[in-house]
Amino acid sequence: MIENRSFSSRARVSIIYCIVILLGLVCLLPLWNIVAISFSSSAAVTANKVGLAPVDFTTVAYKKIIEDSQFWRSFMISVVRVILAVILNTVLVVLMAYPLTKSTREFRGRNLYMNLLIFAMLFNGGMIPSFILVKELGLLNSIWALVLPGALPIFNVILVMNFFLGIPKSLEEAAIIDGANPLQVLIKILVPCAKPCIATIVLFSIVGSWNDFFSGLIYIQKPRNYPIMTYIQSLNVDIQELLKSGMSSSSLGNLSELSNKNLNAAKIVVAVIPLLLIYPILQKYLITGIVMGSVKE
Amino acid sequence: MTNKTAHRRNRKQLTHHLMMMPGMFFLLLFSYIPMVGIVMAFQDFIPAKGIMGSELVGLKHFRYMFQLPDIFKIIRNTLVISIGKILLGTFMAIAFSILLNEIRKKFLKKTVQTIVYLPHFLSWVVLASVVVNMFNLDGSVNQIVTQLGFDKINFLGNSKIFPGLIIGTDVWKEFGYSSVIYLAAITAIDPGLHEAASIDGASWWKRIWNVTLPGMMPIILLMAAMSLTSILSAGFDQIYNLYTPIVYDTGDVLDTYVYRIGLIGRQYSFGSAVGLLRSIVGMVLLVSANKLTKKLTDQKIF
Repeated sequence: MIENRSFSSRARVSIIYCIVILLGLVCLLPLWNIVAISFSSSAAVTANKVGLAPVDFTTVAYKKIIEDSQFWRSFMISVVRVILAVILNTVLVVLMAYPLTKSTREFRGRNLYMNLLIFAMLFNGGMIPSFILVKELGLLNSIWALVLPGALPIFNVILVMNFFLGIPKSLEEAAIIDGANPLQVLIKILVPCAKPCIATIVLFSIVGSWNDFFSGLIYIQKPRNYPIMTYIQSLNVDIQELLKSGMSSSSLGNLSELSNKNLNAAKIVVAVIPLLLIYPILQKYLITGIVMGSVKE
Repeated sequence: MTNKTAHRRNRKQLTHHLMMMPGMFFLLLFSYIPMVGIVMAFQDFIPAKGIMGSELVGLKHFRYMFQLPDIFKIIRNTLVISIGKILLGTFMAIAFSILLNEIRKKFLKKTVQTIVYLPHFLSWVVLASVVVNMFNLDGSVNQIVTQLGFDKINFLGNSKIFPGLIIGTDVWKEFGYSSVIYLAAITAIDPGLHEAASIDGASWWKRIWNVTLPGMMPIILLMAAMSLTSILSAGFDQIYNLYTPIVYDTGDVLDTYVYRIGLIGRQYSFGSAVGLLRSIVGMVLLVSANKLTKKLTDQKIF
């Protein structure tokens, strides 16, 4: 009986290990395949020979990228955009979150502000009125069109506000008795206490801005000014159209689009590297983000 | 003395208002002005004439919208895809968190976690290339299919398969990340309950069913209520990067439709009308989700 149970439990454990490892591989291998393609020769890629190891190992695709000025232009537009977005998001969110922790007695109008924020989370004008607005403001094709419309992430205001509310009041009161004004209280007392929370919103704002291609798609009409993900997307289109229209690569012969597959793969790899660099930190704040997300007013 | 404190309080109030100002500027400009812009859904909007100069036409665009067979197809596609994602995604995340919790080897657990959380942080632009690379006619999946002796399947160009592909690849991207919250819920369950159940002779399945799942229930309900909010957004980024006219029949959703017809086709008024409908239904869903969450878990989404 006992032997039987331990056998079945051992079998169960092995099955669980197999499933978990399998799921890990299912997530990893498709991504790895792109890396392998980026290091393979065009001929091998076109012939569909590349699996998990590069075929005819070559770094020619990466050498081509180094000389590709449009790639780096888009890359830098995204870098600048991320920096602007992080600064703007963080400053606006932190500044707003503090007065909102006050009661209506201490801060008349607090509830009006709060309701305006909540309503804007519930309801929005939609894609087209936003596009017309950005156009009327003369922001089309400028980097500000990528940054300003998303300058105030409302959900983050509420997250930071909740975090501030969890900080002991006595710290703040002590500072006020010492003669600090609200801005000093915020910068000297609350912000240092809320470091993990602010780090989380900064990280998520980096990932969000870096990955966003949609603003670039609708607000940037000059391909020269595309941010990196919109640029990558514009590369995908041609080749996807060909593949999806049902033709196989062999019937297309040696179209130049297809031989670009390893170059495009290399561009994708380089475009993802900044995210991989911050990924260890992201993982550290993953739990903070989720715990914050679930603790509400 | 009282005068002085009153003065100081007023100055504090003023500082608070000043701190709100920069954010409120952006809120009014980029959230509230577009709401006013919705007027164009009731106009024949002509960009050159602007909102003030364009002619009001009442509900013309809404009547037109409901005469189109398209709109019902698009609502159906949106619901099929988003509900499919919610159901399968929730199931996979819960199942994965339970399995992962059984892994005792720390290194393996950490490695698997690092890998499965990664796709969540990658853009659909990047992942669409990965998906196309796997599922096109010469892709790895079709190589396996032909090895098994079947004909090649045109995953990306067959409107019967396409919604399944969208649901499946979204679950692939998100199940790892979604499992984090369920894993946290599992680790919060009192281990004493498991021990007691084991002593009573409960098998592994019985313990999962009677201890682990009930312990996770509050979080499962909370996440289910919150998922209501995403029911109208079937995932623009993903679908836009994977669909083609061949699969519009089952793959076109509200957001892609508004983008294509309204923005690319420059039917600004009609596009705004569809967008307005989406926003209103979205608001109703969000408010209900909030009510439901409060009832189920004493928490609020907003």
